Amino acid sequence: MTLTTEATETTVATKKRTGVLPTTGAPLERPSAAAHLSDEQVQQLGAELDAIRDEIIAKRGASDAAYIRRTIKVARGLDVGGRIALVFSKTKLGWAAGTGAIALSKVLENMEIGHNVLHGQWDWMRDPDIHSTTWEWDFVAPARGWQHTHNDIHHTWTNVLGKDRDVGYNILRVSEDQPWQPRDVWNPVVNAFLAPFFEWGIASYDLEWDMVTAGLKSKEDFKSDLTALKKKAIRQVAKDYVATPAAGILVGNSFKRGLAGTVTANMIRNVWAHAVIFCGHFPDGVDVFTEEMIDGETRGDWYIRQMLGSANLSGSKLFHILTGNLSHQIEHHCFPDLPSNRYIEVAPKLRAVCRKYDLPYTTGPLPKQLFQTWKKICQLALPDENKWETVKAVYSPNKAKRRRAKAALKAGQPIPTA
Amino acid sequence: MGLKSAALRAASVFTHPAHPHDFLALINPLSSARQLRGVVTAVRPETPQSTTIAFRPGDGWSPHDAGQWARIGVEIDGVRQWRSYSLSAPAGGDPEITVTACGRVSAHLAHETRVGDIFFLAPPQGDFLLPTGPRPLLMLTGGSGITPVMSMVRTLLPKRADADVVLIHSAHDRESSLFGDELAELAARHDGFHVVHRYTAEDGRIDFSTVRDIDALCPDWRSRKTYVCGPSAMLDDAEKLWVDANLPGSLTVERFETAKLTQVSGNGGTVIFEKSDREVEADASTPLLEVGEEAGVLMPSGCRMGICRTCLTPLLSGQVRDLRTGEINDTEGDLIQTCISAAAGNCHLDI
Repeated sequence: MTLTTEATETTVATKKRTGVLPTTGAPLERPSAAAHLSDEQVQQLGAELDAIRDEIIAKRGASDAAYIRRTIKVARGLDVGGRIALVFSKTKLGWAAGTGAIALSKVLENMEIGHNVLHGQWDWMRDPDIHSTTWEWDFVAPARGWQHTHNDIHHTWTNVLGKDRDVGYNILRVSEDQPWQPRDVWNPVVNAFLAPFFEWGIASYDLEWDMVTAGLKSKEDFKSDLTALKKKAIRQVAKDYVATPAAGILVGNSFKRGLAGTVTANMIRNVWAHAVIFCGHFPDGVDVFTEEMIDGETRGDWYIRQMLGSANLSGSKLFHILTGNLSHQIEHHCFPDLPSNRYIEVAPKLRAVCRKYDLPYTTGPLPKQLFQTWKKICQLALPDENKWETVKAVYSPNKAKRRRAKAALKAGQPIPTA
Repeated sequence: MGLKSAALRAASVFTHPAHPHDFLALINPLSSARQLRGVVTAVRPETPQSTTIAFRPGDGWSPHDAGQWARIGVEIDGVRQWRSYSLSAPAGGDPEITVTACGRVSAHLAHETRVGDIFFLAPPQGDFLLPTGPRPLLMLTGGSGITPVMSMVRTLLPKRADADVVLIHSAHDRESSLFGDELAELAARHDGFHVVHRYTAEDGRIDFSTVRDIDALCPDWRSRKTYVCGPSAMLDDAEKLWVDANLPGSLTVERFETAKLTQVSGNGGTVIFEKSDREVEADASTPLLEVGEEAGVLMPSGCRMGICRTCLTPLLSGQVRDLRTGEINDTEGDLIQTCISAAAGNCHLDI
């Protein structure tokens, strides 16, 4: 599948999709990995996945509620314990324990709790304390804005180029189907910088500044989102980088010591979240789609797109919890509002469906998937053809040559080498 | 309070974006910033089907007046369910409810509640209250309708030696009759308190179509301020009798059941929950509250029978039908009670 430049431009126009997809029919073009399936088979697959969903919903109950409450308790307990250790201890071991506990708490709060509560996975409990409309997470990005870009945009348009802004987050080239731009040579640098500051990257991304410049988001909306972010960011910074280290001074510790602890904890969480999330859609074997392809998409095709566009991570039960069960990215994308603790039992069923219909089910251990992701990001830093000539031309010290090269690139013509 | 709120504000710097209460809840389960809670302190069986549950509410509860009710939330299979119950304990004291198992929630409360369980609460409300001055009283109760009256009796008798109260309580049989021993004891101790038991299995129901039964049970009923609480048929009949006797002002009714129309025409429609961004097909007989809850919308709810008005939600557009009266409401911006309104065509709610 090749995406032409024209296609990228036409995708800017927003097509209105209804909330409920038809069960029968066919999209304009099925992705190659699913091209062997008939319309009836796709419909059958959709019904099978709906049945898996119904089964879990019927089972959902007190043990699930107890699970999320326990997880919240553990995260809060670790946070209090970690801060006390960080503020009061004077030893290296105490510092490491405090920092580690805060980092672990943030990982749990952010991924297994925050991400999933904000998906409405626990709304069925009708508990206003654990509800998608009330939850605010320990992350710089305000929850409401994130719900829009994530739940609405990303989960609706999973891996659809030009629609799903999560494909590269507007700053990275992560697919061959994204045309190369001169800025992409910085791919590895940008990604390496993004990892430890991931929460700030997400916060800035949720402002959708690119949509404002494209005229698809009003300046007023942007301003109100920016105000919400400022307010949230000030409180997050005040808690972690001012109040906590300052509390250490009261017991004779230095400000720097506490600050180093909270900065480290946030960076650990950020690097971890970045790694897990990048492994969800960017490893080898994951497909991207065009808006034209999914025109007329049925419920079954939607499920297929979620399965082909996502990748899992294999690991232990604890590993799954620490990834917020995003290690079950495929299950999460098919059923974003089922409680995360249930994905582990959904996974074998979904895998069996993939096997039955001869569809790929991408999974692997974290180091392998992470390596593939990074390798791809590094490789895609360079253009697909005439790599060095193109890079040399667009970064040439000669202004005229540079301009000619960029114009040729934009027009999709060969780069003038002379 | 000033010191406490200042301390909480200072603590919130460290707990943001959570509230300090969320952390206090780790050690005190009653601590919550969003939801009033209570802990069950005693569970006493009353009859095979009824249980009295005493609970200690957390901060935010206001002491109840005799005859008031409160919304009680309880988790069943992980899902929070809310119902309203009259508080049967005397005014001002630790609240108690007496629950008879007749539905899923009340059966759960009556049979599964244990000391230490947590209740979710809303402060007491209701205007089924004792008169301000001393008056001879007649209490007409049926089944669990005795619970608010029990609170009144328990409050009034120890306070006023001159109390003059006749209580006529109907129950199916002696075994299912609530508070039998305590009523007998109170009647023995207080000269001005008379209890008449009516066991409908043996004596049949009180006939309110004529004054014959009531004349026999309480000859001076016309001179008494009367309180009635029980099954809706009993309330309807009593109301009619008092109106016919030209005494409507002396009857105070507490209604906990609403007769809903069973035959509803129309096919319902699509309901859009604006703020929750959900869209659901609803039939013409399911209350919008249930439709919303099924769709995962956080719907405000209370009595679920159209009396407490907790569930008021603005209707942005479309039509809804009042399930009690069959009345159609299509006034844009009108606050509708979702618990007794169903879709009468497409409708769009601001929630």
